[in-house]
Amino acid sequence: MTVKVASEWLNACSGCEISILDMGERLLQVLELVEFVHIPALMDHKYFGQLGDGREIEIPEAEVGIISGGVRNEEHLEVAHEMRKKCGVIIALGTCATHGGIPALSNSYDNAEILERYYRTETTDREDAYPHQGIPPLLDACYALDERIKVDIMLPGCPPHPDHIFAALAALVEGDTPVLPEKSVCDTCPTVRKGKGELKDIRRFLQAPAYTAADEPLDKMRCLLEQGMVCMGPVTRAGCGGDAVHPRCISARVPCRGCYGPVSRGGNQRLDMLNALASNGIDIRSLPENVSLLRFSGAHRQLRPKRKET
Amino acid sequence: MTQVINIQPITRIEGHASIGIELDDDGNVSDARVNVMSLRGFEKFVEGKPAEELPRIVSRICGICPWMHHLASNKAVDGCFGVTPTPTGSKLRELMQTLAHVEDKLLHFYFLAAPDFVIGPDADYAVRNVIGIAKANPELARQVVRMRFAAKMILDKFSSKTIHPVAGVPGGFSKPMTEADRKEILEKMGELMDFALFTIEFAKKEIFPKYLDAIQSVGVIRTGFIGTVDADGALNLYDGRIRLMKPDATYFEFDVGNYADHIGEHVEPYSYSKFPYARCWNEGFSMDLEDPKGIYRANTLARINVADRMATPRAQAELEEFRETFGRPAQATLLYHYARLIEEVYACERAIEILNDPEITNPDVRAEVEPKAGRGVGCVEAPRGTLIHDYSTDDNGLITRANLIVGTTHNIGPMNMSVSQAARTLIQGGRVDEGILNTIEMAVRAYDP
Ligand code: SF4
Ligand code: SF4
Ligand code: SF4
Repeated sequence: MTVKVASEWLNACSGCEISILDMGERLLQVLELVEFVHIPALMDHKYFGQLGDGREIEIPEAEVGIISGGVRNEEHLEVAHEMRKKCGVIIALGTCATHGGIPALSNSYDNAEILERYYRTETTDREDAYPHQGIPPLLDACYALDERIKVDIMLPGCPPHPDHIFAALAALVEGDTPVLPEKSVCDTCPTVRKGKGELKDIRRFLQAPAYTAADEPLDKMRCLLEQGMVCMGPVTRAGCGGDAVHPRCISARVPCRGCYGPVSRGGNQRLDMLNALASNGIDIRSLPENVSLLRFSGAHRQLRPKRKET
Repeated sequence: MTQVINIQPITRIEGHASIGIELDDDGNVSDARVNVMSLRGFEKFVEGKPAEELPRIVSRICGICPWMHHLASNKAVDGCFGVTPTPTGSKLRELMQTLAHVEDKLLHFYFLAAPDFVIGPDADYAVRNVIGIAKANPELARQVVRMRFAAKMILDKFSSKTIHPVAGVPGGFSKPMTEADRKEILEKMGELMDFALFTIEFAKKEIFPKYLDAIQSVGVIRTGFIGTVDADGALNLYDGRIRLMKPDATYFEFDVGNYADHIGEHVEPYSYSKFPYARCWNEGFSMDLEDPKGIYRANTLARINVADRMATPRAQAELEEFRETFGRPAQATLLYHYARLIEEVYACERAIEILNDPEITNPDVRAEVEPKAGRGVGCVEAPRGTLIHDYSTDDNGLITRANLIVGTTHNIGPMNMSVSQAARTLIQGGRVDEGILNTIEMAVRAYDP
């Protein structure tokens, strides 16, 4: 028995789809269990019929619909509605879909400011009107998927680990609900923690953290936050290492930036992080700015344009 | 009555685009264009962010070539902060970038483009895809999935995160390579090298000869080319000077820091993406098929056209064979696929070369940096073409201005021309079928990653 799957990418970078391919040989196993009926990255099914003469976007019916990316323009919105209509279960794949992701940093600005910069750079020839023919108008902001359609399963991560994509598909084929990690990145991080520290200021990530040798295991390295650099592990959902592997960035001796979104659905990574720092006696004014603490979760109106002077 | 055909979305490419074709009363093409559908505004929203964070933000421009954005960005930040990465830091960056090319070309050739050649442009869309290939030729498919995955997992294992990498840092690289890492990667590279040679032989024997007619006709246009070369004029993916070649094969070189003197970006009402062109040719911008102005192409075919030679022996032999048949510069659009496989051979050879450099395991991988005001322009050759990140910072090292010229965009003008050429030759008297429309899309796919 195979399960029909439709897959779409909206305001996305295609990294989530590549992560599906990164299941490796398990991919061939998946292809025996699921039948893709629509997936623009790999297959030539078209919205307006194969001869391009249709009038409305049409996607075939499927048991499972996978959507990556947030909703940023009218075409995204139309595709999202059509997917909802045609698919039994909708999976929001990746942090762009679950929380807006990096592209939702644009929510700090209104569209006029975005267009003004892009079409007025020093290398751009000046045109009076911005492009507008045959391309979908922008919505007023970049939305997470669940702000515009009902979503059944959230699979955050930028991108989500292939282990979890595989587990989710395998569960759905069996008719089960996938079980995903709900802890924080710190809960899965083996670095050495000594508890509240002497730390007063927080450093930017401009130097390597202290560790002894290239092959020193992670459980011998001091926690990066306790070494004085911003690490978003405490306020970020676990899972990036996949099954039983350490958090990815920490393994590269680099602090976490929060790409799995907040630990709990409605959490605010910026507020939670600032609180965590402040309650450890760290002066949060030592941070050069804090918008980028929300870089992965600026949808759900967490980032808004600054109010204009009137 | 005019008839409108919407090929939407263009499939088996990375990103969102559509093709609009208008037929006149006689059923001939009166207009054909490529609409690029998305706009995200990175140039704006990186403002005010700490520059050292940009390599981890801008990688999200593209999930197929995140290493390219990550590294061009690191180079630009090095420039802003006035730091030179340690020699081993640079080598590790180049190694990662080269491995990313190795993986990308396998992905593109087998997963995205091959269905048109192996299954055929007229086949039913339900089988004209990588899944169809897996059913038709399971042995080859298993091998392809395994080899692409091997390349990807070298990157994943060593750098810890390869879709949206984090290991490149201003001043160099975040972690050193151990001797054990080096040995393990070198061993896997041997297999990938063999597979690269197998792939180009397979394509030269089994695929390209069958499509010679298509190669000589689909989407063929005459343009200039852009690419990066080293001091000896050899193709370089990671660093060097930009060479801009005219259709008549004359060229000149410039430092990437001066890109704005040479490249302009034109705006058309039907595409969010801009259209870079050679402003320095002083002829303006026109996509007229008979008499284009300012149009050059980027990506594989462009790089092997502008380069005098390949820096590694096997790739050089392949280039010589290619040039003997197709000349320099070669113009036929579908030759991008052939050029891609020559670059695949180069990338494998180059990765092995870097791994054999005794300095690669030197633990001095990261120079200290201090935030300050400055300007930096970083450039690498992404799979889709010359990628330029240009940043300015304030005293605190926060971004005040960013300009990006992304590889894909160089080819937006040429892509429009190729689509228009293909549509005009293939659609006549109102006769349209799925095979024809897919063949028109092939003119776009050739330029993808
Ligand atoms: S979540 Fe990350 S990988 Fe997925 S589409 Fe968004 S930016 Fe790309
Ligand atoms: S703060 Fe960072 S380094 Fe420390 S335990 Fe959490 S994830 Fe690990
Ligand atoms: S450590 Fe943090 S930023 Fe890095 S991959 Fe994991 S969740 Fe994402």
